[in-house]
Amino acid sequence: MAHQATSADIPAEAQALIEEAKPVSIPRRAMVENNRSYHWVSEKICGIVEQKTPMWWWLATGISGFVALYTLFGLVYLVSTGVGVWGLANPVNWGWAIVNFVFWIGIGHAGTLISAILCLLKQRWRTAVNRTAEAMTIFAVVCAGIFPLFHVGRVWFAWWLFPLPNANWIWPNFRSPLEWDVFAVSTYFTVSLLFWYMGMVPDLGLLRDRAKETWRKYFYGVLAMGWRNSVKHWKNYEMAYLVLAGLSTPLVLSVHTIVSFDFAASILPGWHTTIFPPYFVAGAIFSGFGMVLTLMIPLRSIFKLQDIITQYHIDCMCKITLATGSMVGYAYAMEFFIAWYGANSYEAFAFVNRAFGQYWWAYWIMIACNVISPQLFWFNGIRNNTTLVWVISLFVNVGMWFERFVITVTSLANDFLPSSWGYYSPTLVDIYTYIGTFGLFTFLFLLFLRFLPMIAIAEIKALSLPQADPHNEDHPQNANPQPAEDK
Amino acid sequence: MSNIFPKVANKVPGWIMLGISLKVLAIVAAIYYYMTPSYTRAGYQPVQPVPFDHSLHVGQVGLDCRYCHSFVDRSEHSNVPSTNTCMNCHEVIQKDSPKLAPVWESHRSGEPIEWVKIHKTPDYVYFNHSVHVNRGISCVHCHGNVDEMEVVWHDKSLSMAFCLECHRNPEQFIRPVEDVYDLKWEPTQEWLETGAAEFVHNYKVLPPESCSGCHR
Repeated sequence: MAHQATSADIPAEAQALIEEAKPVSIPRRAMVENNRSYHWVSEKICGIVEQKTPMWWWLATGISGFVALYTLFGLVYLVSTGVGVWGLANPVNWGWAIVNFVFWIGIGHAGTLISAILCLLKQRWRTAVNRTAEAMTIFAVVCAGIFPLFHVGRVWFAWWLFPLPNANWIWPNFRSPLEWDVFAVSTYFTVSLLFWYMGMVPDLGLLRDRAKETWRKYFYGVLAMGWRNSVKHWKNYEMAYLVLAGLSTPLVLSVHTIVSFDFAASILPGWHTTIFPPYFVAGAIFSGFGMVLTLMIPLRSIFKLQDIITQYHIDCMCKITLATGSMVGYAYAMEFFIAWYGANSYEAFAFVNRAFGQYWWAYWIMIACNVISPQLFWFNGIRNNTTLVWVISLFVNVGMWFERFVITVTSLANDFLPSSWGYYSPTLVDIYTYIGTFGLFTFLFLLFLRFLPMIAIAEIKALSLPQADPHNEDHPQNANPQPAEDK
Repeated sequence: MSNIFPKVANKVPGWIMLGISLKVLAIVAAIYYYMTPSYTRAGYQPVQPVPFDHSLHVGQVGLDCRYCHSFVDRSEHSNVPSTNTCMNCHEVIQKDSPKLAPVWESHRSGEPIEWVKIHKTPDYVYFNHSVHVNRGISCVHCHGNVDEMEVVWHDKSLSMAFCLECHRNPEQFIRPVEDVYDLKWEPTQEWLETGAAEFVHNYKVLPPESCSGCHR
């Protein structure tokens, strides 16, 4: 037997030196609280899908499905009657449709940020929220897409937006940011969908293996695409996940940059500013985290997921909301500064008009919700009060809708020619079509909760549970601080 | 879990993808073939109230297009002749032909003959005949060899691609102004090499390619 050095062989002074030089062992934060086991995680999350459909689910799905019909009827009425049923009229030809489009597409950005950028930055806390946030992204982009699609007027010609060879021998105008938007949003949707689905494959395999009913076996069997948990599968999976995270990372920045070009590339005062791309991206992430909080806080209580989506997760999301909200507030201030510093009277008018013109109320709702309310997240007590966080997240959602309204409508309503100034109001069709998209979003989200694993089970097990570390026992600091306690 | 899927299931995704791609291709090809003007319009040959034979009047008798379509070089609209134009000759020639009965009827009553319109520009397109014929674009380019048609048919697609082909490269289609109504004219080698380009330059032929050129 080889001689092994033990502490007994080391001289006392050397031992003292070792003790002194030894790094302080700080226990890693437990991502899953209460020392839960693999089995508990599987049971908990698969259980949400496998349990008997709860009554509230039927009720909520029924109501949201009904509300989604508002959008359907709004659109059918629009197409069958004509674009005049929307409140658009000179000089405001971009009304609620564009506001709603930017609102929904912005919400999606949190999902992509969580799934791509936080993955590359190895932020372990993302695993508890990424699946839901990605689902939110996809459903938000679905809602967003409806508005520009129908805003084109003759929706049956919407395929003209794509550069397809046609009998007219013309291409779309590649110099228009509106055309770039088509590519940006469709790429975004495709990559997000692939990322979401691909990340779900191991969990679908788990659901398939646990399935008892025949339909479940087939349903999850098809969706799992033959996932057998082999090392080779995992190797390919990890690589594909990394590649998709890499592909999605620029999309977090590019999509809303291009959305901002829709405005910034025009020459309208209030739109034609270089701050728009970063300001829009920050706003998008801000609104997205607002929506993630709005969704996650109730879900966590309904499904009793407090051990997986812990207070720490909410804290992290609040801090990102605070950071991006402050960026947005800075951008608002900087717009005003540049309007004054640039000494362009039209630009100056556009901004003064925003704050004190005919839409002053929208501007101050925006400031209150986007600039003031997230500042409350500086306080630990507020971040720890889940109800307050939820209420503030609602304010963020409202504020970001008003931001898009202020940008879109105030600049158009009071443009260069005072003789053509107007006041834009939405019609009932506008309002119902917009409300309906919330129904559609909720409807799709409820379907997701019922049929797909809402939390990345495999990732939670691999990244958040200390047992997953094969050298767990050698590094006691990696273990959860408290022993297991059955709750 | 038992193997609920047979081995063949591995191939199903491939089949589905192949099937979808083939279907999409077939639909696109069908739309491109059946729903574009080269199919929906070209070849339209309605029966006219009077069996007027262009191949006889132009090809054999040698009438100029402008004898009947008299405003083509002065108006945006190329007119269909009134009954009086027919009567200039037919009051004397072949006046008892049964084919001319509707013309006589129109002549007596003063009610115009209801010719069936063959070439229609959509109402969102502004097309000016005079500007084309006065800048070396012959009738034959859009209407085909009417001088050889017994019954006129819609010869070309007149799609937007058809217009743009010429608007983008006018020198490939243009001819001397004096030969515009000569439907049998063939360009010489010299014309193709230098003449056409000189004509385009000297006559300032600037066909619009912007949307508002035609969709005003």
